[in-house]
Amino acid sequence: MATFSDQLVLLLLTLARVVVVLVVLLTTIAYTVWLERKVVAHIQSRWGPYLVGPHGLLQPVADGLKFLFKEDIIPDEVDRVIYILAPLLAFTLAFLSIAVIPFGESVTIAGYTIPLQITDLNVGLLFILAVTSLGVYGVALAGWSSNSKFPLFGGLRSSAQLISYELTLGLAVVGVVMIAGSLSLREIVEQQRGLWNIFKQPIGFLLYFTAAIAETNRTPFDLPEAESELVGGYHTEYSSFKFAMFFMAEYANMVTVSCLATSLFFGGWLGPVFGPPLLRAFLPVCWFALKVATFLFIYIWIRGTLPRFRYDQLMNFGWRFTLPVALLNVLGTSLIVAWRSV
Amino acid sequence: MVAPLFYIFAGLAIVAALSVVLQRTPVYSALSLILVLCSLAVIYLLLDAPFLAVVQVIVYAGAIMVLFVFVIMLLNARAEAPTDRSRFARWLGLPLLAAFLGEVLFVVLAHFADTPLYSGEAFDAGPRAVGGLLFRQYVLPFEVTSILILVAIMGAVVLAKKQL
Repeated sequence: MATFSDQLVLLLLTLARVVVVLVVLLTTIAYTVWLERKVVAHIQSRWGPYLVGPHGLLQPVADGLKFLFKEDIIPDEVDRVIYILAPLLAFTLAFLSIAVIPFGESVTIAGYTIPLQITDLNVGLLFILAVTSLGVYGVALAGWSSNSKFPLFGGLRSSAQLISYELTLGLAVVGVVMIAGSLSLREIVEQQRGLWNIFKQPIGFLLYFTAAIAETNRTPFDLPEAESELVGGYHTEYSSFKFAMFFMAEYANMVTVSCLATSLFFGGWLGPVFGPPLLRAFLPVCWFALKVATFLFIYIWIRGTLPRFRYDQLMNFGWRFTLPVALLNVLGTSLIVAWRSV
Repeated sequence: MVAPLFYIFAGLAIVAALSVVLQRTPVYSALSLILVLCSLAVIYLLLDAPFLAVVQVIVYAGAIMVLFVFVIMLLNARAEAPTDRSRFARWLGLPLLAAFLGEVLFVVLAHFADTPLYSGEAFDAGPRAVGGLLFRQYVLPFEVTSILILVAIMGAVVLAKKQL
């Protein structure tokens, strides 16, 4: 009986962690949207949302309700099954990769040690790359099933762009994996106790962040949804909550990419820890959140500053610049790692 | 816990594989194939080989099938018009299929009937073990394969571009 109740507790604890992480992620997404509108507004000398709540802080709630109550229009000529499947796919996959991100060390409550992570997969990093590589289907299928020319262009552009930059994304993190000798994100963070990886892999980080912006379809790589040429790109024909799902998927991907950048290059939850036991347990999570928030701010800052690439520039940059540099970075790092281990 | 999950995903893989063949619309076939590959990945996961499972998803579902879907979208292929099926295939196809399935069944029953479904820690399929095998024991076949793929890529470029 003891083992059964132990298993039940384990199950409940896991469920609790999943629920907490999802709620935190959804809140983060809502307030990243608010932050984006505010920061971009201030960059452009405007105020941004100001009416709903103090400084527009309740704007995400209003937006969410608005999306829920809008009429859900499905155009006549779409491929219905795939048209409905695509936003679900984009949404689910965007929320899946958060499962292997470690937010902090473990905390002990009432005799149970709870790691601050949904699951520590020993190939966690590859898991995220796998989920990201599937993410393209949401966009591509949305573009195809809409049966309309602008979404199709958006979907095609997006497939080409994601395939191109996935290579750089994968190669950029190989250096970190070689230094850590592990694919588990928890071990990669632990290994950075002495020195963060950003100082060992500066080129790797720049490549990772560039490719990550391209993978999340953000300015200056937001060609799949370029408003000025493609109306809205792959989600032109979507309305109401299906559009909201694409929207949330994009921001969830931003959060995941920022979490991964923090874990791989900026020491994850590591930071100065001091004070009473409660503060000690709480501080690592705060450091992690602070680092992730910084990345989200940089994302928005880049969006407010840079114009969009042209399509040929995007492809040239991906294949002729970032990919060779990423290969050289892998070569250099492997030589140094091999030389050190001799 | 392992056995029921195995039957669920093995069944899913078979149903999806049939759907690959039977669907008229190319996109549906491609999506069914992705489902097959993902169910196989889950089966690898049940065999305690998360590395193989993840690589399966990255390479097949995430890279190769994206190209398939990309090409289908580029051609904007809709439902295929049914053609007069070849009489040859109808008379020879089904018996051949039955013979092949019978052969597979015979081999499995004759040689692996006593092998349990899941044998625990019989092998190590982590990244380190796979990498070691690939770059020590099988380094020659590995390199030869990579050259073969390179030749195929160059051939495709030469065929596609009349003027270089």
